[in-house]
Amino acid sequence: MNTLFGEKKEGATKIVLKSVDEYPEAPVTLGTTLINFTGDWRTFIPVVDDSKCVKCYICWKFCPEPAIFIREDGYVGVDYDYCKGCGICANECPTKAITMEKEEK
Amino acid sequence: MAEYKPIRKVVSGNYAAAYAAKHARVDVVAAYPITPQTSIIEKIAEFIANGEVENLEYVAVESEHSAMAACIGASAAGARTFTATSAQGLALMHEMLHWASGARLPVVMVDVNRAMAPPWSVWDDQTDSLAQRDTGWMQFYAENNQEVYDGVLMAFKIAETVNLPAMIIESAFILSHTYDVVEMIPQELVDEFLPPRKPLYDLTDFEKPFSVGALGTPADYYEFRYKIQKAMEEAKKVIHEVGKEFGERFGRDYSQMIELYRTDDADFVFMGMGSLMGTVKQAVDVLREEGYKVGAAKVRWFRPFPKEELYELAKSVDGIAVLDRNYSFGQEGILFNEAKGSLYNTDAKPLIKNYIVGLGGRDFTVADVRKIAENMKAIIEKGELDVEVDWYHLKR
Ligand code: SF4
Ligand code: SF4
Repeated sequence: MNTLFGEKKEGATKIVLKSVDEYPEAPVTLGTTLINFTGDWRTFIPVVDDSKCVKCYICWKFCPEPAIFIREDGYVGVDYDYCKGCGICANECPTKAITMEKEEK
Repeated sequence: MAEYKPIRKVVSGNYAAAYAAKHARVDVVAAYPITPQTSIIEKIAEFIANGEVENLEYVAVESEHSAMAACIGASAAGARTFTATSAQGLALMHEMLHWASGARLPVVMVDVNRAMAPPWSVWDDQTDSLAQRDTGWMQFYAENNQEVYDGVLMAFKIAETVNLPAMIIESAFILSHTYDVVEMIPQELVDEFLPPRKPLYDLTDFEKPFSVGALGTPADYYEFRYKIQKAMEEAKKVIHEVGKEFGERFGRDYSQMIELYRTDDADFVFMGMGSLMGTVKQAVDVLREEGYKVGAAKVRWFRPFPKEELYELAKSVDGIAVLDRNYSFGQEGILFNEAKGSLYNTDAKPLIKNYIVGLGGRDFTVADVRKIAENMKAIIEKGELDVEVDWYHLKR
């Protein structure tokens, strides 16, 4: 069971290790965040308005996860598998292109 | 295999440490100067300035905490990493020491044993390193400059086998600034003995990304602690093998975690760590001439603790005088505490007494060992201790 390195899996949440032998030698991420998505904590979700965005990437720099990525067209996208809804991006965006909206689950 | 012809150099303990780091081909050194460690990193800086080392990155940092943090980063990235410190500097690293062992990074550090302040002191005392007992670092106490050099080279090999960090400990000034002949090993032979490090995980393999120092919930934290203990147990075997190999290749055998000196037929032994054991061995020779059946037991590795070797020794003697150049306030000398605890659930129960000696650089001489021998002899004849912990030098 290779829990250390994995592919990003559709819908995966948590790997449960049952015996000490299954654990990696060093505490590098269990299953990694590629498997263990961290985006299920949030209540609010950042929504980007491309028409206001000036591509300064301040949000990209400040996102602690980092869940912001730069799309091919140069605007920013949010990887909701990892976004924890902290709102730092919305706070830092100089043009108020990002708003935090209540997420409907 | 090339023939071994040692290169003899007259060096201080600190230079012995610097040369060993150079011969180990360390990739990264991050350190902050603190008396009496400073000349270790000065010498390493000199190697770099003179172009004597290739690809050695020296990271100048603003504190010991940062020094260890930089070492952890470098080691996590796969580098062979070295640093050195002393006393308050080591104490400042404390939090980071856990990160190195917890992340299973084989950083090697030289600690120059120095008394903790206040009162401000720069002299020899083991309390600084022993206070780091529970950080998951292996600890080797060197008796002389040769053992500082050999210890650093072996420490890298052992640390990189079991993936735990290791501390090589030498006495302030008694070793750090005192010059002695050290037999160094030609570079090609060190290279054979100590091949390049193979890290547990390759942080530069971008196809297999992972994160270091990740969160461990109550569901997982426990197992990682157990793994560190398993690695410490494994280290005992590795220490034996590496120490034996070192002896076969270079003539100085380190296979035993406790070095026994004239203990075979001894009635009682002096047990201790570090440079003071040189004095003790000399005293044993003198005392043997005088008819005392005594020996010396030098604890080389304090972590992992050589429980099994101690038991074998304890079975064969009537008494053990534990010489502690350190103290755990509210209890007793730290080596004494460990030794007594290790023997409790065994059938080996020699009279074991604690002598607190040499704190803060107080002289400890052959004459002192003789006085302790007289006291031990009387205790053994009577069959009971006078006091358990003896503040031997105290002005009364
Ligand atoms: S809300 Fe927080 S985690 Fe989510 S994208 Fe913005 S900064 Fe990143
Ligand atoms: S901070 Fe605002 S303007 Fe700048 S890139 Fe992000 S969304 Fe666009």
